[in-house]
Amino acid sequence: MQVKEYKPLIVAFCCNWCSYAGADLAGNNRLNYPADVKIIRVPCSCRVNPMFILRAFQRGADGVILCGCHPGDCHYTSGNYFTRRRMALLFSMLDFLGIERERTRVEWVSAAEGAKFAATMNDFVATVTALGENKRLEDLRCKK
Amino acid sequence: MNNSFLQEELIRESGVNPRKCMRCGKCSGTCPAYEEMEYHPHQFVYMVETGDIEPLLNSESLYRCLSCFACVERCPRGVEPAKLVEAVRLAAVRKQGNNSLKADDIPSLSDEETPQQLLVSAFRKYSK
Amino acid sequence: MQRIGVFVCWCGSNIAGTVDVQAVSDALKNEPGVVFSTNYQYMCSQAGQDLIVDAVREHNLTGLVICSCSPRMHEATFRKTAQKAGLNPYMVEIANIREQCSWVHKEMEIGTEKAIILGKAAIAKVHLNAPLTPGESPVTKRALVIGGGIAGIQTALDIADAGFKVDIVEKLPTIGGKMAQLDKTFPTLDCAACILTPKMVDVAQNENVRIFSYSEVTEVKGFVGNFDVTIKKNARYVKEDICTGCGACVDKCPMKKNPNEFNLGMDNRPAIYIPFAQAVPKVATIDPNACNMLKNGKCGLCARVCTAGAIDYTQKDEYIEEKYGAIVVATGYNPISMDKFDEFAYNQSKDVITSLEFERLTNAAGPTAGKLLRPSDGKHPEKIVFVQCVGSRCDACAEKGKEYCSKICCMYTAKHAMLTRDKYPDTEVYVFYIDVRTPGKNFDEFYRRAVEEYGVHYIKGMVGKVTPEGDKLIVQASDLLADKQLKIDADLVVLAAAIEPDKSARPLATMLTASMDTNDFFTEAHPKLRPVESPTAGVFLSGCCQGPKDIPETVSQASAAAAKVIGLLVKDKLTGNPCIASSNELMCNGCSSCERVCPYGAITYVDKEFRMPDRTTRMRRVAQVNPAVCQGCGACTVACPSGAMDLRGFSSSQIMAEVDAICK
Repeated sequence: MQVKEYKPLIVAFCCNWCSYAGADLAGNNRLNYPADVKIIRVPCSCRVNPMFILRAFQRGADGVILCGCHPGDCHYTSGNYFTRRRMALLFSMLDFLGIERERTRVEWVSAAEGAKFAATMNDFVATVTALGENKRLEDLRCKK
Repeated sequence: MNNSFLQEELIRESGVNPRKCMRCGKCSGTCPAYEEMEYHPHQFVYMVETGDIEPLLNSESLYRCLSCFACVERCPRGVEPAKLVEAVRLAAVRKQGNNSLKADDIPSLSDEETPQQLLVSAFRKYSK
Repeated sequence: MQRIGVFVCWCGSNIAGTVDVQAVSDALKNEPGVVFSTNYQYMCSQAGQDLIVDAVREHNLTGLVICSCSPRMHEATFRKTAQKAGLNPYMVEIANIREQCSWVHKEMEIGTEKAIILGKAAIAKVHLNAPLTPGESPVTKRALVIGGGIAGIQTALDIADAGFKVDIVEKLPTIGGKMAQLDKTFPTLDCAACILTPKMVDVAQNENVRIFSYSEVTEVKGFVGNFDVTIKKNARYVKEDICTGCGACVDKCPMKKNPNEFNLGMDNRPAIYIPFAQAVPKVATIDPNACNMLKNGKCGLCARVCTAGAIDYTQKDEYIEEKYGAIVVATGYNPISMDKFDEFAYNQSKDVITSLEFERLTNAAGPTAGKLLRPSDGKHPEKIVFVQCVGSRCDACAEKGKEYCSKICCMYTAKHAMLTRDKYPDTEVYVFYIDVRTPGKNFDEFYRRAVEEYGVHYIKGMVGKVTPEGDKLIVQASDLLADKQLKIDADLVVLAAAIEPDKSARPLATMLTASMDTNDFFTEAHPKLRPVESPTAGVFLSGCCQGPKDIPETVSQASAAAAKVIGLLVKDKLTGNPCIASSNELMCNGCSSCERVCPYGAITYVDKEFRMPDRTTRMRRVAQVNPAVCQGCGACTVACPSGAMDLRGFSSSQIMAEVDAICK
């Protein structure tokens, strides 16, 4: 009997101006990264409510990555600074809950960094795959 | 000669980052002991940065520095060359041992007005 | 329930090569709400768009999902298509199955599976889409220029030439700014006054331009297209419209010993003064701190000699309120204070001067009528030392000076050295430099000429200290290339002081909600692509308020800012981005969290009456978003503790639906 290979489910939030464009550039340059990454477009990384990340975990995501412009380059001047603070809080909360710190990540990817985007995704997927399935936060009631 | 171990040690001890130097030469322009020195303050910074430290260790210049800290005060980049000179001096002292001035003698010679670091550098300089 | 149509694009083989488009459109057909699903070779082509329009009409679709390339590529195209089909353009969502799927994955099976999930996420989102219409706001066809230096003058002239009204607010009694104080300009050496004063006259005579001199902006309200500005016109105790600028009062004023600001305190002026002969407006101003009549009520000489009867000791500050569509900041720069640089003896000797003071000393209209004389004894200096980078390029931890390069010093020092050698060939001129930075048209040639033709001694090294000794200044410096320490007995030392933004810029930025960097320079909306706009809509930047600049650069930036202003004012209505934040007033608890995080100042609080369940009414403080100012970043939506704030087009429920669809 063939054992089905474990495939993590990764949700990526990308800001419209830098990281989403960086992801597009990775595509333009035909750089490979695992299909487990699904990207959701948001106007700015500061649009991402920590609740969205918890929701993703609740619904069974194994890892969530949030990508924004580099600090100082935000299209909206200061959005990613808010992101940075909010995520620091979320990280300490996840720590408190006993969720592996490696399952969430914040990464700054500019529109010119297609290669960085692909490399980041490869690395993140590898990290999450090594961690295995997210069982702590997943809400079984949400399973069909 | 590139002496990366000594270089790292000097940088760590002195707390000086020689890479911050923009080579303006204000330290040497301000140095009152300039004429007495073979290697001048800006050269200390440059030579430590490039790892060319051996000539500094053997140079009389080490003991010509007055530790007046004018270069520290005036450096626009905050490099603090005098601290680097002090660190090289310390390295030289460590190599030689054999103190001629005892630490116990210092309190009787000291003056309250004199800054601590000057005392310490003077001690190292004359205890050769 | 939406009636959703799904359109899967092959993009030739770009998508179809790695994604089984037929399988995708088949799979998505079974999603709830999907009534039509198809695929086509090129969705963005005319035929593809026609296919969409026909499908909308035939199946009565209310929402569209296009599985194609990146929305950054063709979102606008498909929104137009939707509009053509009679749908609201914001009822379209794009699933990016090219850049983020077919191009990054190689296996058909994986690509198809991911494309289906991305399509499902887009469908989930479009279910919650609502028709959006961009807000419109009118534009007041008048611009405000703050600062009347060369930057402000050029901007005002260009806007006025396009036929729009412009007001210049200048805090000094005359426009002209720093350029009016300069002697010659590099690299052509034409005289600053000769090229500036005609422009000053032009701007004064232009019927579209009003000049508020001796005035300042005290309050700014409103937003792009609709600014309400309060301008405080300081009392100058002279009726501006009557004064002819004859100068009789200036000659007769007995209070003659006041430092002349225009000559940087190197000579004196009377209590009533006209800054310089070509001042615009050429109107006298009384210095209230120096005038005996205003201080003690004794004198009144100027009123007696004024044949026009323009003197008015009872004049009060006047406040003017005006509406503007756009605001240009042109607040300029000042040399930094030399107080922290004791080593150069600036405060010990009169013969240590800054470059701007040198500029006045060599100016024909200056305190020495253009003769280069030492300020201390009026003798001709025989040895001059120029020191560059005084206070520029300092490390932040050195706690004095500025971290940036002031950009203009290398060139004006070369100019000063060259002019000195040209007028007084017997003078020895030394320039101490760290680097000579001359990027600019004809700039390096100019510097080389100073060295090669005029014999200026350029020495690589920095001056360590300057000591006054007798009537000489002993300059101790290092010559790095010769590895020597030099001692020069100079007669005059000129310090190329760093420049910093004017002190009025910081409070102004607060009023405008425009952002600034740590050095108090205004930040631009994009450092490369939007260099003359502030991130705050309707606020533009001109000249040194944005960063150190020389005159040609300032003028080109001033014209660029004017072009942007004209582009704004020419519109009758501003159409905004409809994807903006909006607050649910019933949920808002008035905490101000959103107001604090908004980088644009788009959120205001109003007291509003609400009907309570028991039929009483109650006043509550609720947030309101100004649709003309909001840029739609969404920072407020996360800051809002009560969940009242949401972002149209990217609402929390929409993003959550996407998350759910992906995680299913």
